[in-house]
Amino acid sequence: MSYFSEIYNGVITLLKGMSVTGKYFLNSRKGAITQQYPDNRDTLKMFERFRGEVIMPHDEKNEHTCTGCQKCEIACPNGSIEIVWDRGIDEYSGKKKKKIDKFVYHLSLCTMCGLCIDVCPTDAIKWGQNFENSVYDRTQLTRVLNRPGSKLRAGVED
Amino acid sequence: MESTTIKSNFKSEEYFINMGPQHPATHGVLRLLLTIDGEIIKKVEPDLGYIHRSIEKMCERDSYQQIVHLTDRMDYLSANINNEAVCLCVEKALELEVPERVRVIRTIIGELTRISSHCLWWGVMGMDVGALTTFFYGFRDREMLNDIFEETCGARLTMNYNVPGGLMFDIHPNFVSRVKEFIAHFKTKIPEYDRLLTENVIFQKRTKGVGILSREDAISFGASGPVARGSGYSCDVRKYHPYSALDQVDFNEPLRTEGDTFARYSVRIEEMWESLSIVEQLIDNIPEGEYRVPTKAVIKLPKGEYYQKVETARGELGVYIISTGTKSPYRLKFRSPGFSNLSLLNHIAVGGKIGDLVATMATLDLVIPDIDR
Amino acid sequence: MIIGLSITRDIHDWLYGAMPEWAASLTEMVLIALVYLGIFAVAGLFLVLLERRIAAWFQQRLGPNRVGFQGLLQTMADALKLLSKELTGTTKADTFLYNLAPYFVIISSLMALSVFPFTREFQAFDINIGLFFLIAVSSIGVIGILLGGWGSNNKYALIGAMRSGVQTISYELSVGLSLLTMVLLTGTLQLSQIVEVQKSGWLIVQGHIPAIVAFMIFMISGTAETNRAPFDMVEAESELGAGFHTEYSGMKFAYFFLAEFINMFIICAIATTVFFGAWLSPFGITESIPLLGVFWFLLKTLMLVFLMMWFRWTFPRLRIDQLLTLEWKYLLPMNLVNIVIMAVMVWLNLTIKF
Repeated sequence: MSYFSEIYNGVITLLKGMSVTGKYFLNSRKGAITQQYPDNRDTLKMFERFRGEVIMPHDEKNEHTCTGCQKCEIACPNGSIEIVWDRGIDEYSGKKKKKIDKFVYHLSLCTMCGLCIDVCPTDAIKWGQNFENSVYDRTQLTRVLNRPGSKLRAGVED
Repeated sequence: MESTTIKSNFKSEEYFINMGPQHPATHGVLRLLLTIDGEIIKKVEPDLGYIHRSIEKMCERDSYQQIVHLTDRMDYLSANINNEAVCLCVEKALELEVPERVRVIRTIIGELTRISSHCLWWGVMGMDVGALTTFFYGFRDREMLNDIFEETCGARLTMNYNVPGGLMFDIHPNFVSRVKEFIAHFKTKIPEYDRLLTENVIFQKRTKGVGILSREDAISFGASGPVARGSGYSCDVRKYHPYSALDQVDFNEPLRTEGDTFARYSVRIEEMWESLSIVEQLIDNIPEGEYRVPTKAVIKLPKGEYYQKVETARGELGVYIISTGTKSPYRLKFRSPGFSNLSLLNHIAVGGKIGDLVATMATLDLVIPDIDR
Repeated sequence: MIIGLSITRDIHDWLYGAMPEWAASLTEMVLIALVYLGIFAVAGLFLVLLERRIAAWFQQRLGPNRVGFQGLLQTMADALKLLSKELTGTTKADTFLYNLAPYFVIISSLMALSVFPFTREFQAFDINIGLFFLIAVSSIGVIGILLGGWGSNNKYALIGAMRSGVQTISYELSVGLSLLTMVLLTGTLQLSQIVEVQKSGWLIVQGHIPAIVAFMIFMISGTAETNRAPFDMVEAESELGAGFHTEYSGMKFAYFFLAEFINMFIICAIATTVFFGAWLSPFGITESIPLLGVFWFLLKTLMLVFLMMWFRWTFPRLRIDQLLTLEWKYLLPMNLVNIVIMAVMVWLNLTIKF
């Protein structure tokens, strides 16, 4: 008798499983869980904390807040940040001060750990939400984050 | 398998098969050297090292803040728990008391990570035994968790949310409501998992009585996590050495005594329920307070040896730091759960069929970067 | 007499009028072969698309929807891609067998397609041992799989091929016996005659309980015959990579792939013909328009195809020994008992006829 009850119970469990998939099949019109990626580019919005790439925000006067303290360079585990700096006369205070020449960011080395942004005393760098980082040439992954001609915002001290 | 004594003119011969490094069932770059007699497995030899990145050596170079992000890349499915382990160990060495808020948030995210890891495992387990649809259902539910992580921690997989001394930033304002939404959603989905796969007669036949691991063997092979608990070896670090806020919550340690593939499977399913209940207990009372204790910019641990273990989704992860008082550890050793769990594969897979091996390997829940490091 | 189908009669008459008899029959054969090749290609490609879309709906995905309207041309594009691909192979392969294998598979399924009564008069080859012919031909395909697995000199492929041999030998019995159960009711093997019998009720109604049991057994063993999940031991991608066609690429792979889907169609078409009255409409509502028979035939077949897809996207795969246990311990004894019950029923005239 257990022979038949086994068959019966087996078939019942199979039907149960089919009911689960069947339910989703009937509800498939309600939409899929997947996204049509390149099509929804306009509506696709990443979360504000999403770590896409490191960017350096500039204001409308082309000023950033990086003092060139190099804390990010030290904090970075992979050497993705290189700061080329110089000393120059600060036009506001008239003192000799560290000034960044180039803030070089190697996206190809970055592991998006966030330590540089965590450690930055002046919030000069932050995360950008761009996630489409593929390029055809590796050299394009090495970026200079400070814009040409940009300078330090007045009054920013580290 | 009972052996037959029929004399035959045919000579049977054992042969080798390379399973992996590119094989759908090895989930990564694990290579198994199988010795097979027909369909029956005579010997399994795991061959490792395809993605060895010498993380332990790299740790000797890095500062203690930098070590944390490397642990993301070990067992990437329980990234946050790995981070927590290193942070706990450093905090222990510094004798740093983290705020209550940090401990609760760490526990919540850790348990969510465990659920997300088990979701993925469930989907892949189904796929390994041939039910392809489970993969998408598992990933669907995992996706909600990934969104939660992304909103709060900034990344979906390699979160690096913990720092020695607390958390990198406070939880997102939406965090609590989103987690509650997930709990409500997931409570309806686990019964569905059961109906689709657990109760299925084919699945039960495939997994019951297959890959049996006795309690003694589990202990002597150093198994931990759901693999050991499926054999009746109670070894939950969360229970015996509670860390973070786990001493405040009430949960059961799922145990099975059968030791077969199905036991390991059902332990994991039950762990999802338990993790849900832990999150439920904590989510409404996240205490106010600081999310981070300031530490020195260059952390130097006092000279000595420190050990901290946590329960990841796969088992017991130990972090062993030897410090000579400099800014980076003299030696850092990770005791990863996957490595010891893989070591018993040969023991439990021999005598089974190829299909059994795949099902057994799925319930060991191997993450190869965790094994290779 | 029938609009639409009378055209075949016209062509037939015209050919025989215009040519000597041997030339006419030869031309006719070529024409029919071309028509069936067309059906074969279209049906195969359409079924692949259907499978992918249905799988997507089961899994809350969208499925292919880019090429053409709702992705209707997707499989066409895939076929084109496969055509343009290089035919690779292993150096130590048994080249002759390796190259021969795909044709075995595809020709056997094409041959089986020819005997189906799609509607009245639309049947290429109304042989008097139709059902027997179907079973015989559809099991030739496994030789192709065995040759492919052996010839490609790959251990995974070999395991897959051996599994398929075991599987087909076992499940052939169940397929044959469950169809034999129905033959007890019809008393003939000729497919057109079987349809004729069903004009007084589909066989699944006529034979009620034993017929339903036979139908269930047929569907299970038919799924196993076509090597589809949950019986896809032959391919078992999580165990064997791709099984017997691991080493095939390009169009040769496509032949295997298409043949699998056509075989699925054939199994469902056999079930339709034997259990669900082929092109007969339910309650004879469109009996006066035989052209609609094609519609009914395809509708019933596709319903069964959908059932097989539902199986595939729900169930885990069986292990090889469980596969054999299912056949020898469950299906075969049940089948034998079922035949006896059916025989008794036919003898006592307990069938339901309208």
